[in-house]
Amino acid sequence: MRAAATKTLTLVVTVLALAGLYELYRWIWVTTGWSWPFKVDDITLPHLWTIFRALGEPSRSQGPLLITVLLHSAWFTAKEALAGFAMGAIVGFVLAVGLVHSRLAQRALLPYIVASQTIPILAVAPMVVVWLKAGWQSVAVIAAYLTFFPVTINTLRGLQAAEPRAHELMRSYAASKWQVLWRLRVPSSLPYLFSALKISATASVVGAIIGELPSSIQGGLGGAILNFNQYYSIQPENLWATNVIAAGLGITFFLAVVIAEKLVVRRAPEHVA
Amino acid sequence: MNVRARIVDWIPAIVVFCLGIVVWQLAIDIFNIQKFLLPKPASIASAFWTQRSTLWSAGWLTLKEALGGFAIGSALGIVFATVLARFRRIANALMPIAIAANAVPIIAFSPIFNAWFDPLSPSPRMATAGVLCFFPVFVNTLRGLTSVRPAQIELMRSYAAGEVEIFRRVRVPTALPFIFSALKVATVLAMIGAIVADYFGTFGSLGITIKNSVSLFDFETAWAAILTASILGVAMYVAVSLVERFALQWDPTRQERGTA
Amino acid sequence: MSVVEIKGLTKTFTKGNVTALRGIDLQIEPGEFVSLIGPSGCGKSTLLRLIGDLTSPTEGTVEVNGKAAPKARADHDYGMVFQDSVLFDWRTVAKNISLPLEMLSWDRAKRKQRVDAMLGLVELQGFGDHHPWQLSGGMQMRVAIARALAFEPALLLMDEPFGALDEMTRERLNIELLEIWRRMQSTVVFVTHSISEAVFLSTRVVVMSPRPGRIAGSVVVDLPQPRTNDTREDTRFFELVTEVRELLRGVGADEHGAVEAETR
Repeated sequence: MRAAATKTLTLVVTVLALAGLYELYRWIWVTTGWSWPFKVDDITLPHLWTIFRALGEPSRSQGPLLITVLLHSAWFTAKEALAGFAMGAIVGFVLAVGLVHSRLAQRALLPYIVASQTIPILAVAPMVVVWLKAGWQSVAVIAAYLTFFPVTINTLRGLQAAEPRAHELMRSYAASKWQVLWRLRVPSSLPYLFSALKISATASVVGAIIGELPSSIQGGLGGAILNFNQYYSIQPENLWATNVIAAGLGITFFLAVVIAEKLVVRRAPEHVA
Repeated sequence: MNVRARIVDWIPAIVVFCLGIVVWQLAIDIFNIQKFLLPKPASIASAFWTQRSTLWSAGWLTLKEALGGFAIGSALGIVFATVLARFRRIANALMPIAIAANAVPIIAFSPIFNAWFDPLSPSPRMATAGVLCFFPVFVNTLRGLTSVRPAQIELMRSYAAGEVEIFRRVRVPTALPFIFSALKVATVLAMIGAIVADYFGTFGSLGITIKNSVSLFDFETAWAAILTASILGVAMYVAVSLVERFALQWDPTRQERGTA
Repeated sequence: MSVVEIKGLTKTFTKGNVTALRGIDLQIEPGEFVSLIGPSGCGKSTLLRLIGDLTSPTEGTVEVNGKAAPKARADHDYGMVFQDSVLFDWRTVAKNISLPLEMLSWDRAKRKQRVDAMLGLVELQGFGDHHPWQLSGGMQMRVAIARALAFEPALLLMDEPFGALDEMTRERLNIELLEIWRRMQSTVVFVTHSISEAVFLSTRVVVMSPRPGRIAGSVVVDLPQPRTNDTREDTRFFELVTEVRELLRGVGADEHGAVEAETR
């Protein structure tokens, strides 16, 4: 309990310190008028306070509070991201299992799997939207696209991570490939898998937001970003507030995986210096 | 290094590539896929040729932006990690923040970068690429610098080695595999960042080419531009891999894995 | 029928063109405790792994229980213990021991019964729910032994199992191992670096010579059973240790070589 309290306290203090640094930077740059790396004023770097105040105000006249709007958008995007995350994780895992059993498949397919990530998803997104008829499915597919790669690569490494002696042990039991997979390879791979899932968690949120942009889906965070981007010079705080919520969504997904990992993976504690 | 063996390694991938192209071409004819969904490889190839000057200049521009962002972001990541490795307390406090910041969808920051920097200059795109590169490099470098086995530190202390010596002789070599791993990821991210940033910009780089082509329903050019971006990304990745192979000749686990 | 019958066995590794073993003939009868000892490079570990069909001979035959080695492996005729206990750290001690039983599709009740019996045999009752990293090296090795014996194989193959342990734990585990051997009436093939351990444990010590690996000779250990700590101070014990040491000197393992001196 004490440890958790200290950790939280450190976190709060750090966040406050960073907020303080932000305001300090802002104050120095505004007072001196320096323009490198960029000019600082209320448009480019709004006060932190104004950002939070904007959350509590309506985004349009007589409209609902900004924070209500943003939370709805976040929920909308979260569902798409979750679907994409699940799809991507399953595809990634299955792909890794297939690859670990065949060196030939690895040599034949890995270059393309890696190359797939060099294709700018934002550019392909409009086409995915057309193929699948705009809707949450196409957004989920785009999210899955960003999710499967880390899972494939890391799970593949994890499936190969067991020491040779352990494989010999299984051989001495005349274990079948299936038994070796489920009793040795998969359990060995869990730390690697969760490492990838942490990356994928945030990647799926990014993918979902990116996927919404070309689909002109209004209900999610992508739509909110486009919307507030248009009015940035008038009300920059709204866009910053949207980013705060988007960050919150990404972090929430990430934390969910961290918690899942703590529940599932039990390993010897690492000794590092 | 057996050159012949390594070329032979690539044959399955090449076979798959050729098969893929053939299947692609045939599938479009057989299933009568509309060209706006997926153009024929042949027409994409011809678009490559006819648009080559646009693609070349746009590609070069985007490459510079990506490289610039990659260099700045990675350098900052390494520097910050090096400094924080020394002050472990602060590093531990900042880690959750760094991880959380990594979770922020970068696309959300593009409009803000456009407000900070002149949208007509490469800066917003470099900034986007740089931010994307910074975190993986920072997190991995820090992990690498601090994953030294306690026994190794003790050995160095028994030689009355100071912090600087320990850093040079133990921490840096331990960190190198981690750093290269992150740099490889960063090359791809830099490219993506440069193109994503284009979505909100108006400049003549690849992202804009793609966007404009799509809006004109010129999908062949759009795909040609996408492939250009992809090739550039792969080229950056391969370049870093080659440097890694040279720098990490001593690492046995690298060869065994045989993965990207 | 011999438990292990090896005829004209030769093993060459193509990588580096190494002849690990040449012309090995060996017969092991039921109930024997045979130690394989020799300097580095004499192929004793390779020989053990050939018996276990973890690698195949280049020439010659290996038969276990009258069958070819691969069939014996498929029939689960032996249990194996490595120097590094190779426990799965994502499983509890009990689940580690039950691993081979799960692979043989035993039902849950039977597994629990056997695991409890094994825990009793190696005196780790109450540690079933611990994880391997919570145990000392000696305890981890006992779990590995319990696991190897879980399905009660008649043959036990052990590759320097106590090599990583301190001398006192080693000596204690030696006695425990002999007790288990007696109770289960198994046959044991035991690879070791330690002359005193080989003599203490075995009914027969087989000395091997290196480059290429050959059997140089064997010493029958006629010390009475059951062996205790007192046996280590027996005159006959010293005589046998000396006999083995002389054989080893003859094959090129000097005091600085890879074989431990008796006093350490």
